[in-house]
Amino acid sequence: MTDKILYDLRGVSKEFVKGKEKITIFDNLNMSIKEGEFLAIMGPSGSGKTTLLNLLGGVDKPTSGEIWFNGSRVDNLSESQLAKWRAGNIGFIFQFYNLMPMLNAERNVELPLLLTNLSSKQRKERVAAAMELVGLSDRAKHMTSEMSGGQQQRVAIARAIVSDPKLILCDEPTGDLDRKTADEILSMLQLLNRDFGKTILMVTHDPSAATYAKRTLHLDKGEFVEKELTT
Amino acid sequence: MSDLYLVYKNLTRKKLRFFLTFFAIFIAFLMFGALTAFDSALNAGVELSADNRLISVNKINFTQPLPISYVRKVQTVEGIEAVAQFNWFGGYYKEPRQQVMTFAVDPATLLAVYGDDIAIDEERYDNWQKNQQGILVGKAVADLYGWKVGDRIPLHSNIFSKQDGSSSWAFDIEGIYTAKYPQADTNSVYIHYKYFNETQSFGGNFIGWMGIKTLDPKLNEQVIKAIDDMFANTPFETETVPEKAFNQSFIAQLGNIGLILSSVVFASFFIILVIVGFSMALAIRERTNEIGVMKTLGFSSLRIFKMVLMESFMLIFLGGIAGLFTATYFLGFLNNAPQFPLPDLILSNDIILKAVAIMVFLGLITGIIPAVNALRLNIITALSRR
Repeated sequence: MTDKILYDLRGVSKEFVKGKEKITIFDNLNMSIKEGEFLAIMGPSGSGKTTLLNLLGGVDKPTSGEIWFNGSRVDNLSESQLAKWRAGNIGFIFQFYNLMPMLNAERNVELPLLLTNLSSKQRKERVAAAMELVGLSDRAKHMTSEMSGGQQQRVAIARAIVSDPKLILCDEPTGDLDRKTADEILSMLQLLNRDFGKTILMVTHDPSAATYAKRTLHLDKGEFVEKELTT
Repeated sequence: MSDLYLVYKNLTRKKLRFFLTFFAIFIAFLMFGALTAFDSALNAGVELSADNRLISVNKINFTQPLPISYVRKVQTVEGIEAVAQFNWFGGYYKEPRQQVMTFAVDPATLLAVYGDDIAIDEERYDNWQKNQQGILVGKAVADLYGWKVGDRIPLHSNIFSKQDGSSSWAFDIEGIYTAKYPQADTNSVYIHYKYFNETQSFGGNFIGWMGIKTLDPKLNEQVIKAIDDMFANTPFETETVPEKAFNQSFIAQLGNIGLILSSVVFASFFIILVIVGFSMALAIRERTNEIGVMKTLGFSSLRIFKMVLMESFMLIFLGGIAGLFTATYFLGFLNNAPQFPLPDLILSNDIILKAVAIMVFLGLITGIIPAVNALRLNIITALSRR
């Protein structure tokens, strides 16, 4: 981990309008994430974890405040600029894997590389390396429907890292897995952080999952209530 | 992997749905190809009609005769290049069901009027002119009965009889003509009027109608008026019309085939529109979450829009091209069928272009709404749908 700030949220507020009611999720939220961090965000349902993840991932915009990434402001980018930014900088891992059922494992992993200028040969090399890293080289041609939950999540991890993003955002990555498989997946995330220097932000309900992170933040009603549970 | 591969995989992920929609489109374009070619063949006579050709018939009805002397008189009208005469012989080969469209003509003038349509070796044509019992046979008829030059064949008439009481004439095949245009008719045979007139017992020196070639289409009106005025108030008044109009009115007697065919084709395409449109909308709705994931990964909304539209186009074009391809084989089969009564049914470039235009239209109409929905889909909304 370096001292360089990768993510900086400055006075971020987020409000939703539901019918005539205005719901405030965050009000003047500040946080920063350093490059190389493995940060877990915990909190009860409705605390704003997923909304925070959406803001950090550039799939949602704050009502007010600023979001800076690697020295550049990103909250004011257009939708197409944000799409390009996400493709180049963020890897996503979802609770339910969200793989494309009509593609086999390696095609799923190759998907983000369609957004790059890499040649077909280069893409194949990248996919092979990512599949090897997650230990699924021998199942590359298999359809994801033929795989276990843990294997599917590993394919999702390979997809998240194949384009070599700076940051990996994980939304309950072990929420659909048994304990043993969950530990394997978390160990893999830990390895990506430790050995490959990936910055990881993980939203989870699971306290034991949070123990794999270097730092844990607790979110409740849109505020960080207990800071810096560093492991 | 490419966007096209992704589109293809999405399209074929539900095999049964893909097959059923593909099959519906396939059938619609097969029908379109076959029926449009049929319509085009029916109208070939109209389309291939020369602008400078006229038909002059008895004013009462085209089945009523005209005196042979009219031919010479009409030839004197200013603006006319040549006049050909025709008599319907009502021929058949061995049995009445083996119909042969036979016309008694003057060989000296036939090519002068119809030389732009009929392709025949000059030497063969000369031989036919010299032999009064000679017959000029269209290639389609020759192929049907296996006739060749030099054969002597009998032709019966179901209208006329010979002076000896029989209805059978013997002819020597002197030439087999082909058409200068692919869709022109080669289902007719031509015999000498002189031989026919001298041997038949029905009362001679009459003809059925005249084919007239003018020096310039601009002179048509003037020539028509001159001819019809010439025979006004005689027992055999004429009605002269451009060949195109004559052929059109002839086809119109069969009923409005074009309208019937267009209605069938329109109905089938309308059904396709509903089926494919519904199927595409359903397919994209089912994939809401996946579209959300793709957008999250960095696929722009515009790129997703193009991919959905491409999927619709791919479906329509796969079915459409397969349908047209099969129509080509089907038409080829019909063309080779014995006693097929129409000129060659051809999937012309015009028909193919029309089909492609319909494919583009259908692809656009069936794909645009799902594509716009995918374009506007919000990532958070999409990801919340599982």
